[in-house]
Amino acid sequence: MSGAPQVLTQARALEAESIHIFREVAAEMQRPCLLFSGGKDSIVMLHIARKAFHPARIPFPVMHVDTGLNFPEILAYRDRWIEKLGLELVVASVPDAIERGLVREEPNGSRNRIQTPVLLEAAEQHRFDALFGGARRDEEKARAKERVFSFRDEFGQWDPKNQRPEIWSLYNGRVHQGQSIRVFPLSNWTELDVWTYILGEGVEIPELYLAREREVVERGGMLYAVNAFTPARDGETPRSVKVRYRTVGDANLTAAVESDADTVEKIVAEIAAVRITERGATRGDDKVSETSMEDRKREGYF
Amino acid sequence: MDLLRFATAGSVDDGKSTLIGRLLFDSKALFSDQLEAVERVSRSRGNDYTDLALLTDGLRAEREQGITIDVAYRYFATPRRKFIIADTPGHIQYTRNMVTGASTADVALILLDARKGITEQSRRHAFLATLLGVPHIVVCVNKMDLVDYDESVFDVIRDEFGAFATRLRVRDLTFIPVSALKGDNVVTRSEHMPWFDGPTLLSHLERLHVASDRNLVDVRFPVQYVIRPQQHDVLDYRGYAGTVASGVLKPGDRVVALPSGLESTIAKIHTSDGDVAEAFPPMAVTITLADELDISRGDMLCRPHNMPTVAQDLDAMVCWMDETASLAKGRKYAIKHTTRWARAMVRELDYRMDVNTLHRDEQATELALNEIGRVQLRVTQPLFIDPYQENRQTGSFILVDEGTNRTVAAGMIGRVQG
Repeated sequence: MSGAPQVLTQARALEAESIHIFREVAAEMQRPCLLFSGGKDSIVMLHIARKAFHPARIPFPVMHVDTGLNFPEILAYRDRWIEKLGLELVVASVPDAIERGLVREEPNGSRNRIQTPVLLEAAEQHRFDALFGGARRDEEKARAKERVFSFRDEFGQWDPKNQRPEIWSLYNGRVHQGQSIRVFPLSNWTELDVWTYILGEGVEIPELYLAREREVVERGGMLYAVNAFTPARDGETPRSVKVRYRTVGDANLTAAVESDADTVEKIVAEIAAVRITERGATRGDDKVSETSMEDRKREGYF
Repeated sequence: MDLLRFATAGSVDDGKSTLIGRLLFDSKALFSDQLEAVERVSRSRGNDYTDLALLTDGLRAEREQGITIDVAYRYFATPRRKFIIADTPGHIQYTRNMVTGASTADVALILLDARKGITEQSRRHAFLATLLGVPHIVVCVNKMDLVDYDESVFDVIRDEFGAFATRLRVRDLTFIPVSALKGDNVVTRSEHMPWFDGPTLLSHLERLHVASDRNLVDVRFPVQYVIRPQQHDVLDYRGYAGTVASGVLKPGDRVVALPSGLESTIAKIHTSDGDVAEAFPPMAVTITLADELDISRGDMLCRPHNMPTVAQDLDAMVCWMDETASLAKGRKYAIKHTTRWARAMVRELDYRMDVNTLHRDEQATELALNEIGRVQLRVTQPLFIDPYQENRQTGSFILVDEGTNRTVAAGMIGRVQG
């Protein structure tokens, strides 16, 4: 709470809005599920879901779309928190889906696009009618027009022209069998809000987000840490640089940024001063075309 | 630092996108990769200046059809405040979008072109902002650079608009002469208009006092979710979770639960960070009561001597938002009011309002997309209502088509019986 009486700080107001959204979905939808990627946004989402139903447990399961290309730190973090909160974990595995022939590996090695059918299949199998995602409207222009309750047809597809008006905070989650909604409790948060909140709440985050000396190679102007997913190629000489991850996606595609921010305090200061969007800085996959996010959303991605 | 939500209204011609681009640009909320993209597109279109309007350009689906689909949300912050902009297009589905954007706004920002003065569109925007109960209206008289920064142009528009606004009973109205393109009076003070002694737009938005706009008098707590942990350590816990719609609740307060009418006392107000001494809007809390009452989602806690009206007959203004169907007498819908769903039937369509002339057409038999009218509804179960102009939370509802599940209307409750 701020110094002024009966005025919520920005962080508290955003948190209250998110809690309201979680409760509304839990009350009205048959089978909600929270999508957890291990990224900071889904971590904050899980943290707020816990607060929304305290002292009871979170009344829905958590799903992880496992691309098989996860940083080991992220998997460890996931398992630790699922156990701590006493939740059910549903894993939708992309390697399994490749094995079964549901999806085919793309030539560039990105599993970003092929995770969509895997996600949709798992949602259908478990008959989830509401999926919480950590997407924020400030991330990307296709997301700036996204609803908090985003209606999806039987194919999980987003149609920007067929979205329900959202007036006041009177959300409409009514769907027919097979249809579903994606719910974005962090819609109105910015990257800086997320970090400010992590700092204020003392939310535990994976070490990857903090700046450390890491062995990296430079490709296309981006720094990739050398690990099992991105080994150094012929002719590349790894060097040790103090870097951190601003987003955490697949280990073979997520680039690190040079940074001295080895504490959350320093990350907040860094984000406040930084002049490039997080996706522009670290995601090879979003640069493909000006509308790649819009296309992926239409296919059923977030 | 607190939060301010504002809705912008106006068309591309009025320079609205440029104004938003200017706010983001001058307050350094823009990222360099976003700016580079805009500069690249500006160059490729042969513009000789960076077209800030491109920043708010949206989806490919829109560019292909040359339309703006609907409300886009944008964010920026200054050291004083975080701002959420609901950016609504001025044309095509203007009413539906403006109603959506204005429904949660603290401030409506209306843009006028100094050369054109007040237009039908600006009157409409002012009317909708007032109808939606937006407490503050800021009129930006834009393109002052094109009228040589002439004070008298500004004065004429201000006086004329002011007279119109008086009829609408606008609570707080501010006029600012700006040039979004040149940056005059948006973030930095204009050197060209020494005659204007008011604040710049950003400075005004930063300082606007909105905390007192909330209703802190009438306690209304719609029960959203009942928390009953099936866990050994907290087996007897029964908490009523919800978001405070209005008023201030404290432990020890006597409360009455609607619809049962049973009374109890607030034992504690919980959050996961511990108990709190008071809860006020828009806090999301969990309340426990001293007595075991049978309360469920859709019920409402309030004070015994300050209760909403319990009604099954609603008098309301509705804005119709659906292109595939229309509202007519006798039709039935699902209605959502606070956390309560019921069914509603249109008993009467009293009149359709022309949002440009404010003329009431009492011969109207239906409301189509973007039309606003006054209706009488009969609801299958009692709702706990207040007039919208007194309480935006307990005075609002949506109508949902029971066949398609589409949200088809926004409603604002008018008169309530005793």
